[in-house]
Amino acid sequence: MGGRAVGRYGGTVGSEVGEVSTTDIPPYRPTALPPFSIIGKPLPKIDAAAKCLGRTKFADDIVLPRMLAAKMLRSPHPHARIVSIDTSRAQALEGVKAVITGSDMPNAFGILPVSQDEHALEGDHVRFIGDPVAAVAAIDEDTATQALELIEVSYELLEVIGSIEDAVANPEPQLHDYADDGNLHKLVHLEFGPVDEALERAHLVQEDLFFYEGSTHLPMEQHAAVAEYGGNRRLTVWSSTQTPHYVHRALEKVLELPRSRIRVVAMPNGGGFGGKSDPFGHELVVAKLAMLTGRPVKICLTREEVFYCHRGRHPVIMKVRTGVTADGTITGMDFESYLDGGAYGSYGVASVYYTGALQTVTYQVPTYRFRGVRAFTNKAPCGPKRGHGTPQPRFAVEVTLDKIAERLDLDPAELRLKQLQPADSLTANWLKIGSMGLRACIDKVVEGSNWKTCFRNLPYGRGLGLACSSYITGAGLPIYWNSMPHSGVQLKCDRGGGVTVFCGSTDIGQGSDSILAYIVAEVLGVEPMEIAVVTGDTDLTPVDLGSYSSRVTLMTGQAAIQAAGRVRAVMVGPVAGKLEVPAERLVFAGGVVFDAQDPERGMSFAEAVALTETATGTVGSVGSYRPPKSPGRYRGAGVGPSPAYSYSACIAEVEVDPETGIVQVPRVWIGHDIGRSINSSLVMGQVEGGVYMGLGEALMEEMAYRTNRNVTHKWPSMLEYKSPTTHEMCDVTTYLIEDPDANGPFGAKEAGQGPLLPVMPAVANAIYDAVGVRIDEVPMSPPKVHRAIKDKARGKEPRFGPSGTPTVRWPEVTYVPRPVDGGDGKAHPRPEPAGTGG
Amino acid sequence: MTSEPIQITKRPRKIRGTFLVNGEEHDVTYPSHKTLLEVLREELALTGTKHGCELGECGTCTVLIDGEPILSCLALAQAYENTPIETVEGMADGSDLHPLQEAFVEMGAAQCGYCTPGVLLAAKALLEDRPAADRQDIKDALAGNLCRCTGYIKIYEAIELAAARMRGEQAEPAREAFYGR
Repeated sequence: MGGRAVGRYGGTVGSEVGEVSTTDIPPYRPTALPPFSIIGKPLPKIDAAAKCLGRTKFADDIVLPRMLAAKMLRSPHPHARIVSIDTSRAQALEGVKAVITGSDMPNAFGILPVSQDEHALEGDHVRFIGDPVAAVAAIDEDTATQALELIEVSYELLEVIGSIEDAVANPEPQLHDYADDGNLHKLVHLEFGPVDEALERAHLVQEDLFFYEGSTHLPMEQHAAVAEYGGNRRLTVWSSTQTPHYVHRALEKVLELPRSRIRVVAMPNGGGFGGKSDPFGHELVVAKLAMLTGRPVKICLTREEVFYCHRGRHPVIMKVRTGVTADGTITGMDFESYLDGGAYGSYGVASVYYTGALQTVTYQVPTYRFRGVRAFTNKAPCGPKRGHGTPQPRFAVEVTLDKIAERLDLDPAELRLKQLQPADSLTANWLKIGSMGLRACIDKVVEGSNWKTCFRNLPYGRGLGLACSSYITGAGLPIYWNSMPHSGVQLKCDRGGGVTVFCGSTDIGQGSDSILAYIVAEVLGVEPMEIAVVTGDTDLTPVDLGSYSSRVTLMTGQAAIQAAGRVRAVMVGPVAGKLEVPAERLVFAGGVVFDAQDPERGMSFAEAVALTETATGTVGSVGSYRPPKSPGRYRGAGVGPSPAYSYSACIAEVEVDPETGIVQVPRVWIGHDIGRSINSSLVMGQVEGGVYMGLGEALMEEMAYRTNRNVTHKWPSMLEYKSPTTHEMCDVTTYLIEDPDANGPFGAKEAGQGPLLPVMPAVANAIYDAVGVRIDEVPMSPPKVHRAIKDKARGKEPRFGPSGTPTVRWPEVTYVPRPVDGGDGKAHPRPEPAGTGG
Repeated sequence: MTSEPIQITKRPRKIRGTFLVNGEEHDVTYPSHKTLLEVLREELALTGTKHGCELGECGTCTVLIDGEPILSCLALAQAYENTPIETVEGMADGSDLHPLQEAFVEMGAAQCGYCTPGVLLAAKALLEDRPAADRQDIKDALAGNLCRCTGYIKIYEAIELAAARMRGEQAEPAREAFYGR
């Protein structure tokens, strides 16, 4: 064979390109309009076959020559000083290669710059049962486990902070000295417009108390990590992490090794749901052990240890006062949330803000106050779980609205429909809303469930309940302050027609690798299976911040569109010159680049790459994405802004057995405003999975504690931590609403988290419709339902829920004039109330 | 300080045995206390079999023994020497996916894919026993396999699709499974 490829349209490529200018070619802009060749289609994921064949390598599947096994020793005490640690007997055990303690890794780390409060191994202060204090590397797991038993730790026990009430009452002993006040990690007090005046003038003020129990992610894969320190003094860590970039930064800080000598590879995650978004001690420990021993080291946590890693849903007590007019129009909302944060900061500062941020984006809330507090307690640290900080307040808002509708004798659907936050608007707390498809979502579930006929009309024991929600499509600000892109993509085009996409994103099962392939394939007019995707590898891929906050499709998608558009922009010059057609008439579709007016004039994509390579050199490009600036400028305005908000409406049908309190959910109808599906099958999977996880939280999931001031995990096992099996999962009828958003790639918004949010309040509202009792707590487990039904029969308040909130000294208010006040997005002194005369 | 090396108190005894996995014979020397899960993953490098708890709670490590699903994490390997064992690696016929695998790919029934090998094998056992399995049969057969991603729905749809095709029917996915109502 000669060196020239024979083109599909005859002739050879790689010669006679002639003079081509690429400077005056307009950049590629994706049309937001169908028809698309790939976008929206229910194509299989590019990695689906590997997963079904058992060939996908997860972190624990990695085996390297001479690999050692690591195990970690964890504190059996909830709160203690470490007086001494003696590792000598463990070190002397045959087969043990290294033993390390906190003094070997003294630098603190943490996901947020303001909460650098963790150590890979705690050296002098343990804060929960499960806090790691020492680690061993040995020739095998059995030896490492035996070595742990030979480590002698002497503890001096400290007073335990077991609950948020404990934290309020006991500023000492402090878990962390950087807390805002004693053991209160973070206190927030924000007000947008004169709330008290609005509530005073309201026709009705509905006041409610709610409690939302903590729950955990329960990914099927136990966290695992492998590290290798090469002869070239470079460190590689493979890990089941959702955030390789942040692990990269934590490794640099703790190991004092420049990031340029560290490679982090995010392996496919066997489920994440937010539980693998923090850098973890075990990732740092295997790295340190690999450096000390000169051998690869692997750790795979036990399921019990996964429960201790946690970072799951915060338990939150909430108080909400809502003022409405006689027709149910909201005039003001006063919201308080009290978060039990557990032992460390994690994402907690963001979590407390998130319990107050998104109340305003579904319905118009003209005046709004939010007070929130997160306490440190001696329990496994809470953090971001699917919906991060928003399922709890969403439960409160949607149940309180149901009560308002009941009191005013209004249809709960009509109550919501009449006061939807408009598209392309600013909320009272300065969030910029783009597309808003909630109306269509409500209409669909109301129609599908036969709501108008069935609501308030089903026989005793059966009921329907409605709730709505919204979620961010990516956070507007990065976790650490910087002005760099949130997502980067590199493209390399092979002269054989193949395209490789490089991106730092991490596929946790949601399909983000496939999304990259679909989007690049759409822009370049090739098949997704012709695209190789390389992701989550700090040596090979440009930074993407990670798989959290529902950001990946939007941000990597926009970066991929830009990168692919730039490749097109380079290719059209040589191709147009060769074909002798104007560049703007070229179409990339079906693996061919051709003249829109004369499709016979064209060449294969492979020929086009070869031609371009001949003309301009190696064909590749980069693209990146940074979210638009948010108009909010007040302290705390960083949490809540997003390029786009997804919307969901849900109706749940329940059957309540009044004898036992057992609630069954036979069916859920859910409408989700996805903006635009990049792959409708993947969206369906996310919606159904979100309903599933919401149903688990609604009915049974509890991160519960017992004994010793309530700090010993009640059931760190998958058998006792109840989650829905096939027998509990409901049928789901899904409606996808496509209301494209100008900020989304092809108009797409998120699907991974939003559809979970309305499920819990829909179930609560349905229980009320079924048996006339209010369960103002999550989960709505049988004892609570049974108790409320009994109380109702005895003439007591037909309700199960909290009776009060902790008493917290709130900080001075940050008062922010609203857009309607002519505000500038910044905080200003509160104006004197009108008519009080100073 | 201890000066003498500490001997491991219970040095595991290694034994020799033959395992019949996916129609192939493997002679293995392995510690006598190892579970079938450990022998498959660590001695035979068949890492397609996953684990989620190693306590018999999640179903992730399901393999087939004589066509019947068992939890390999609770199975002492010694008890399964010289017994036909099937793992996910044995499902495909060369490069051709098993109809269940094909349907799982088509329906998006594998999200993170971690529970998938166990679910596929439990489903295979079901369909060999009951080719006309209905939705309730599928729910019963998979009640011991936890999945945190899918809400099980795409899994049911994939198994029903595969079952119909394995019965020789011309079956296509329902439009609403892909696009909603």
